[in-house]
Amino acid sequence: MVTVTIDGRTVKVPERTTILDAARAAGIRIPTLCYWRDLNEIGACRVCVVEVEGYERLFTACNNTVDEGMVIHTNSAKALAGRRTNVQLILSEHNTSCTTCVRSGNCSLQNIARDLNILDNPYPMHLPKKKPETDFPLIRDNQKCIKCMRCVQVCEKVQKTGIWDVINTGAQTSVDVTKVYSLETSDCALCGQCITHCPTGALRERDDTAKVLRALHDKDVMTVFQIAPSVRAGWGEMFGMAPEKATVKRLAAALRTIGADYVFDSDFSADLTIMEESAELLERLQHRDTESFPLFTSCCPGWVRYCKGHFPQFVSQISTSKSPQQMFGAMIKSYFAEKIGTDPSKICSISVMPCLAKKAECALPTMKDENGNADVDIVLTTREVSRLIRMCHIVPDDLPEEEMDAPLGIGSGAGNIFGASGGVMEAALRTAYVKVTGKKPDLDHTFLAVRGMKGWKEAEYDLAGTKLKVAVVSGLGNAHDLLTALEKKEVSYDFVEVMACPGGCVGGGGQPIHDGTEMAPLRAPALYEQDRAMSLRMSHENPAIQTCYEEYLGKPLSPLAEKLLHTDQHGWFMPGEDVVK
Amino acid sequence: MSRLSIVTQNSAQKTVEELYKDLERRIIASQPGLCPVDLAASFLHICHSQSCGKCTPCRVGLGRLEDLIQMVLNGNADESTVDLIDETAETIFLTADCAIGQEAARMVLKGVRGFRDDYLEHIRHGRCRGLQNQPVPCVFQCPAGVDIPGYISLIHEGRYADAVRLIRKDNPFPSVCGLICEHPCEVRCRRTMVDDAINIRGLKRFACEHEGTPKPFEKAEPTGKKVSIIGGGPSGLSAAFYLSLMGHEVTVYEQRKRPGGMLRYGIPAYRLPREVLDNEIAFLQQTGFRIVTGVSIGKDIPIAELRAGCDALYISIGAHTDRKIGIEGEDAEGVVSAVELLRAIGDDEMPDYTGLDIVVIGGGNVAMDVARSAIRLGARSVKIAYRRRRKDMTALPEEVEGAIADGCEVLEMEAPVRIETTDGHVSAMILQPQLAGPIKGGRPATVPASQPEDRIPCDRVLVAIGQGIDSRKFGEYGIPIERGKIEAFDWSGVSGSEGIFAGGDCVTGPATVIRAIAAGKVAAANIDSYLGFNHEITSDVELPRIRFDDHEPRGRINMKERPADERKHDFNLMECGMTEEEARCESGRCLHCDHFGYGIFKGGRIAKW
Repeated sequence: MVTVTIDGRTVKVPERTTILDAARAAGIRIPTLCYWRDLNEIGACRVCVVEVEGYERLFTACNNTVDEGMVIHTNSAKALAGRRTNVQLILSEHNTSCTTCVRSGNCSLQNIARDLNILDNPYPMHLPKKKPETDFPLIRDNQKCIKCMRCVQVCEKVQKTGIWDVINTGAQTSVDVTKVYSLETSDCALCGQCITHCPTGALRERDDTAKVLRALHDKDVMTVFQIAPSVRAGWGEMFGMAPEKATVKRLAAALRTIGADYVFDSDFSADLTIMEESAELLERLQHRDTESFPLFTSCCPGWVRYCKGHFPQFVSQISTSKSPQQMFGAMIKSYFAEKIGTDPSKICSISVMPCLAKKAECALPTMKDENGNADVDIVLTTREVSRLIRMCHIVPDDLPEEEMDAPLGIGSGAGNIFGASGGVMEAALRTAYVKVTGKKPDLDHTFLAVRGMKGWKEAEYDLAGTKLKVAVVSGLGNAHDLLTALEKKEVSYDFVEVMACPGGCVGGGGQPIHDGTEMAPLRAPALYEQDRAMSLRMSHENPAIQTCYEEYLGKPLSPLAEKLLHTDQHGWFMPGEDVVK
Repeated sequence: MSRLSIVTQNSAQKTVEELYKDLERRIIASQPGLCPVDLAASFLHICHSQSCGKCTPCRVGLGRLEDLIQMVLNGNADESTVDLIDETAETIFLTADCAIGQEAARMVLKGVRGFRDDYLEHIRHGRCRGLQNQPVPCVFQCPAGVDIPGYISLIHEGRYADAVRLIRKDNPFPSVCGLICEHPCEVRCRRTMVDDAINIRGLKRFACEHEGTPKPFEKAEPTGKKVSIIGGGPSGLSAAFYLSLMGHEVTVYEQRKRPGGMLRYGIPAYRLPREVLDNEIAFLQQTGFRIVTGVSIGKDIPIAELRAGCDALYISIGAHTDRKIGIEGEDAEGVVSAVELLRAIGDDEMPDYTGLDIVVIGGGNVAMDVARSAIRLGARSVKIAYRRRRKDMTALPEEVEGAIADGCEVLEMEAPVRIETTDGHVSAMILQPQLAGPIKGGRPATVPASQPEDRIPCDRVLVAIGQGIDSRKFGEYGIPIERGKIEAFDWSGVSGSEGIFAGGDCVTGPATVIRAIAAGKVAAANIDSYLGFNHEITSDVELPRIRFDDHEPRGRINMKERPADERKHDFNLMECGMTEEEARCESGRCLHCDHFGYGIFKGGRIAKW
């Protein structure tokens, strides 16, 4: 332990504690901007500078450690001037059109400028010329980039995708894609982690709320919404609502208030996914000697993009099952359209997702029916749907809960946990367990090994003599490690769940942004709580699913199910995928 | 008003003079990977501010060139802009009245032609082609990539054994390098921007001298794979050390009596004492590899037989043959090659030069080594004849100065013409005075001056004009040879020769010890992969907390040498090491580019390989 004095307060902290943490221990919060714990401790913005007695120069608190007897001043004239000047310098290269910025009100630069009482800027403005591309789901506006490098770090260290990097030097230094010249032609997985780690509005999703509003206001268009499991764990955050209050039923009420014709729950299609994917797995397991293992889940389009771009040799092992979003869309435009006697071309299928990759997924050429009707027409992220609600001056807190529409509004607890890493695996295991053993598992204990925030989980189950070795990874960096280990034959599994975002969809790139906090571990428990409170907790028990197979699909992997609910993962190319590595 | 006055500097001028020095040091310490177009614009701006303003091309033209380059950088240019820059610079060069404009234009031309692709990349895509991926200058400059900031911080804490242990992760010859490394690490040391480069080699030497008994490294499980290494020099022994740590069974074949290669047979003991070398090799051998001495591969054992008996082969035979000058009298008695002399000294077979007059031919470090050895062997006089100017010598300046201090005389601008003999024995060296000519490859070429030849009477001529490689037998075996050098890839593999690797002087031609060591390290890694493993070499040393410092300019601590009139009589170590006080001061000067600057973001520390 070392003893240090910060702003007159003396604290004892372990050796190698950063000045920032030592100050926090003393109850002093030193402002930071580029810092993100364990991810970006590089002292780039020079906002957290403090004065250390005995030294003329200032030191950054975020990445320098205290030493015995150190006397630190966080608010001395020198420290304050250094901090304010550096923020002013950053502002001189930042497009401060805050009123029209997506991050207005949730911008770390705005906050720090306000906190430091910066009311003017003596420096002339210098903004880069390059205009952002606005058609791609992920948009970078370098006029708002403050070169904090967080996007570079999360892309390289956590996701191991290395899309973003620093280009040029000196005054020309910028952040951009490397190896290729545009984001659109890169093998970006569209996980969106760079957005949720961006302190400003330099990175954002393509805003599709206007398209949704157009559909809502068009009398000839029937709008059908689906809401992904993880959205219910996050959408209320932008309204300051707790998860218990921000339920999916209250979101349904909000969407109906703004004119939605039908609001369904993607929990339903998660259940459908389990029916198809577990059938596919059991089918494969019967041909162990001829099939390649493991079988990978296909729910996460970020993962599919990543696999195609980085490990194309494994694409044939990704389940052919469409993702729940696409299954739902296909069912809306076929089963549901028939059921209510509507022309599918009059339906606008809108999904609310925690995800940017879903925006790219719904636009794939393989995700349409034979008449060209897309399964899903528009994808809104959790953030966009919250903005849409806000735009329509709805106060969701005031709304009573409303039931989801029938028949596609029923989902099981198994579908509900899809939003957390391990959820798809657990849902599949629940059903497989029953199918193979004929017994009901203990839903709160049997499959605990696949839950939790660990990036790479593994477990082995004995299903009536059939050994099933599974792995669950979340975060593309972990996917990279697992695939590399598979390549080297260091590990082997039967079934692997991959989610592109750390912690799964609850940590999705389309979820609300809280600077400095990884939200997945805070959101996931809500999904498991909801599951525990439900009586319907296994996909195959979902009566809506049973009806839909009886009335329409026949059985899992039937020709109609194959046509509507499965896809050819080789049916489109990621940039560079055709060049075999 | 007085008719004449003494010119004095005003304070502005005095400050500018200081700033010139600051800028000079800054340029020396420039890190690699910077945008060349941006640099060209900055250099041009300096050039333009040097313009007196009299003439159009310089006063106006340089400004317009700046505008054009700035347009390229700001994304406002098209490809024709590059041509306009070229044409304008050409015109300025042709029409400027004095060197201020001419040379500025020449710099721009050099750039626009030398890195035209970078100009085009900026125009087409708004970026440069380079990436700054090596933010720690010393580590980047060190061929072996030694964790220099890491071990300097350990030295500062007094943890000398840990410091040396950390060095050994990347370089198994810390003591040797502490004495004789050419220290490329210091060339771009960022501390130069403040005052002067850190004395890195001196610190390394200090740590090694205070290491105590080194703790052996932990070895991996035996792999059952056999690796043979031909040549027990720094490269071969480095590879042997790391490959043994990785669990492979290694045998080194050395054709001389003792291992060490050029460290023993090329570097005189007054620079590298034999016991230091022997101790270092003995420590490496604790990992269990075998050294077979006195065996010449290709002669005593056929290459094919050796290859058949192992899983991988590393060729590191060095460059040990002498080169001929090609002048009359070269075969006379008393003409000795540097290789021959130093090899004899290495085997403790000291020739007696008492009372003899010696002429050394050459201007490299080896020439200095033989000249200074000759003094120590009792020579009455030693003259070093060199065809160019003293400052053009490839030897390190301190080596040249040291030789002069030892009593050698440098005859610069003198080319050897022939060796006069009496009864088949050297009697004099005939030299032709030279005239400095146009610059070629950074050094002036020389042409014979219209002056008569100089005759230097002497008893011995020591020829130090480079070494060759004895690669003929390897060529016959089927290893690709290019102008005597073994051809190997940058990962040390040899084209078309499965399982055969090569590195060190026999691939690069005579180079530095640290490059040979680095080649051994690279070969070890790639041989390990070739054998189907991925052993990681890492260090268990925990680094101390990063120190704070205000970086007040202060003097670099240089090593002293024993007084010339004392040291020139023996082969004992000539250079004095740092004191503990000096080492603490000097290590405190390190700016820690591994933590401060880009290093903390990317590339600051390579913890394993």
